[in-house]
Amino acid sequence: MSDISFVRTEMLPQQEPPASSVGVIGWMRENLFSGWLNSVLTVISGLFIFSVVGSLLGWAWSPTWSATSLNECREIATGLGHEGHGACWGVIRDRWVQLLFGFYPPESYWRPILAFILLAVALAPVLFSDKVPGKLIYLTAAYPFIMPFLLWGGTIWGALSAAAGFVIGYFVYKAVEKAAGSLAAVISAVVAAVIWWLFLAAPVTGGLTAILPIGVEPVDSRNFGGMMLSITIGVVAIACSLPIGIVLALGRQSDLLIVKSLCVGFIEFIRGVPLITLLFVASTLLNIFMPPGTNFDIIMRVIIMATLFASAYMAEVIRGGLAALPKGQYEGADSLGLNYWQSQRLIIMPQALKISIPGIVSTFIGLFKDTTLVSVIGLLDPLGLSNAIRADSDWNGIVWELYGFIALMFFVFCFSMSRYSMYLERKLRTDHH
Amino acid sequence: MSDLAIERDIDRSKMKVSDEIAIEINNMNKWYGSFHVLRDINLTVNQGERIVIAGPSGSGKSTLIRCINRLEEHQQGRIVVDGTELTSDLKNIDKIRSEVGMCFQHFNLFPHLTILENCTLAPIWVRKTPRKEAIETAMHFLEKVKIPEQADKYPGQLSGGQQQRVAIARSLCMKPRIMLFDEPTSALDPEMIKEVLDTMIELAEEGMTMLCVTHEMGFARQVANRVIFMDQGQIVEQNEPEEFFNNPQSERTKLFLSQILGH
Repeated sequence: MSDISFVRTEMLPQQEPPASSVGVIGWMRENLFSGWLNSVLTVISGLFIFSVVGSLLGWAWSPTWSATSLNECREIATGLGHEGHGACWGVIRDRWVQLLFGFYPPESYWRPILAFILLAVALAPVLFSDKVPGKLIYLTAAYPFIMPFLLWGGTIWGALSAAAGFVIGYFVYKAVEKAAGSLAAVISAVVAAVIWWLFLAAPVTGGLTAILPIGVEPVDSRNFGGMMLSITIGVVAIACSLPIGIVLALGRQSDLLIVKSLCVGFIEFIRGVPLITLLFVASTLLNIFMPPGTNFDIIMRVIIMATLFASAYMAEVIRGGLAALPKGQYEGADSLGLNYWQSQRLIIMPQALKISIPGIVSTFIGLFKDTTLVSVIGLLDPLGLSNAIRADSDWNGIVWELYGFIALMFFVFCFSMSRYSMYLERKLRTDHH
Repeated sequence: MSDLAIERDIDRSKMKVSDEIAIEINNMNKWYGSFHVLRDINLTVNQGERIVIAGPSGSGKSTLIRCINRLEEHQQGRIVVDGTELTSDLKNIDKIRSEVGMCFQHFNLFPHLTILENCTLAPIWVRKTPRKEAIETAMHFLEKVKIPEQADKYPGQLSGGQQQRVAIARSLCMKPRIMLFDEPTSALDPEMIKEVLDTMIELAEEGMTMLCVTHEMGFARQVANRVIFMDQGQIVEQNEPEEFFNNPQSERTKLFLSQILGH
C-alpha cells in the first residue's frame, strides 16, 4: 500500500457541540467578549447606554400628571427638589383627546372610534387571511363606503349611491361581456359607472334624502385633526398607492410605447417634486383650475396628492421586485399557455411583491409619517395641534412632552407595520426544509 | 458529456411514427439584432417522432425549439404547429402553448406554489378544468414521475432531479401532443440525470412526440428515431441514430462527435 491510500472503516456519529459555544456563556463569549478590544468596547457602550437611559428616566419620572398648567408643573418639580428639570405630563392628560381627534365634535367621538375599530376588522382578512373567517372580506369590500360616512357624516344615501355605481358597473359588465367580449364590457361598465356618479348620483341622493332623511350630523373637514387625521390620510393613501404602484410598474415594463412613456413620465415627475410642493398645489392651485363655485374637499385633495406621491415610489419598489425575478418564471408561465394578465396575477406579482415587501413597507411607513406635512397647509395633524396647544398661555413653553407623546403614537403604528412585514416575510418563505 | 448507459430494455411497441404532421418549419430565419442565429431552417416533424437536437453551444439549437412555442419570435419563414400557424396573433400563440409542453434546463417551477399547485395551475386557468379533476390529473402524473408523496411540498424543498420530474409532470397535466425539452439534464448532478432520463424514456414509450436538445448521447442512440446536428444556426446533418453516430458525413459532425464521445 502507498502512503496516500486511506479507507474509512467506520462512519463517525454526530456529536454535541462543545459546552463553551452554546448557552448564555457561549453567547456572551461570542457576541460581547470575544477579545480584549471587544470587551473594552462592550464595557464603554454599557456605561454610555446606562448614563443616557438614566438621565432620560430621571427626566421622565416626574409626578406631574395632575398639573393644569406649565407653572403648576414647575411648582411641583421645585417642591420635589428637581429644580425644574422634570417633565410636565399634565399637558398630555389635559390635551390627549385633542391630539387624537382634533376639533371633531366631542359628542360624535364614537364615530371615528367605531370607524377605526371597523378598520381593524376590515383589515383582518387582508392581513391575516389564514386566521379569520373568509366571510369578513364582505366587510372589507363595504368599508370604503362605511368609513367616509362615519367620519364625515351626512346622509347615508350618499355612501349608498357611491356604492351603487360599482353595482351598476358590475351588472353592465356582466350584460355586455356575453354579447361583446371582456374589453368592451370593461369599457362600458366604467362609462356607465362614471355617468351614474357624475350625473345621476346627486339627484338620486337628494331625492332619497328628501323622502327618507336617514343620516348622522355632518362634520366639516376643517374640524378633523390629530391622529385621526393622520390615520385617515395614511390609510387611504396606503390602500390606494399599492394598486396604482403595481399598475405603474407594469406600465413602465410594457412594450406599448405610449403606455410606457406615460408611466415613466408620471413616475419621474412625481419623484422629482417635493411632497410639500404637491400639498401646496393641492391646497391652493387646484382651486384655480376648478370651475368657480366647486368646493373640492381639502382632505380629499391632500389624500389624492399623497397617494400619487407614494404610488410613484411604490412603482419603483415593485419594479425592483420584478427585475429580481428570473426570466425563467416568465417563460415557465408563457410555456403553459397563461395569458399576460393570468401570468402577472398568478406567477409574477405574487413573487415580485414578496421580494418587495421590505421596500413596500418602508414606503408605507414613510407615507404615514409624511402625513404630518399637512400641517404646513393649515390642517391640524398632531404636529399642527402641538403648535395650537403651545398657543394656550397655560402650556406656553411645552416642547418635549408633546413631541414625545406624538412620536410615541407614530412609533406604535410604524413599528407595528414593520413587525407585520417581518411576520409576512416569514409566512411566505417557501425555501425552508 | 457522458454516454450514459441506459440499463433497461426499451419497449418500442408504441413508439410509432404516424403520417400526421406535428410541426412544419419552412425557410425559417431569426436574428438577434444583427446576428443571424437561425439560418434557413427546414424541418418537418411527424406525430410520434423522437428527435434529439445536438450541437456545440451557441449553435442555435435551444433557440430553434424555443421558436416552436414562441418563447422566441422568428422573423422570416413559416412555423406551423399542429395545424396552427405561429403569427403575432395572441390567440394562436396561447393555443399552441397549451398544446406544446416544455421543460427547461433550470426547471422554472413556480417557487411560491406547492408541487400540486404548480401542476394544477394551468389546467384550471387555461383549460378551465374543474379543480377536483385537475387535482386528480396532477396526482396521476406525479405518480407517473414517481413523486406523489411530495405533492404538498414547495419546489425549493426538492432535489434538482425531483424538480425536473415535477416540471415534466406539470407540462403533462396540460395533456400536450408535443413535448419540447431544452437541455433538461444539464443542470443536474450525475446521480440525478438517470431518474430524469428514465421519465423521458417512459414518455417516449407511450408515443409522445418529443424534441430534445440534449448532450445525452446514450439517450439519443437508444430512444431517438432521428438526430439533428446543428452548427452556426444551420442544420448541418440529420440521420437515424445508428447512422449518425457510426457513419457521420460532415467534417463538423465528425469533429463534434469525436470531442464529446472521445473521452
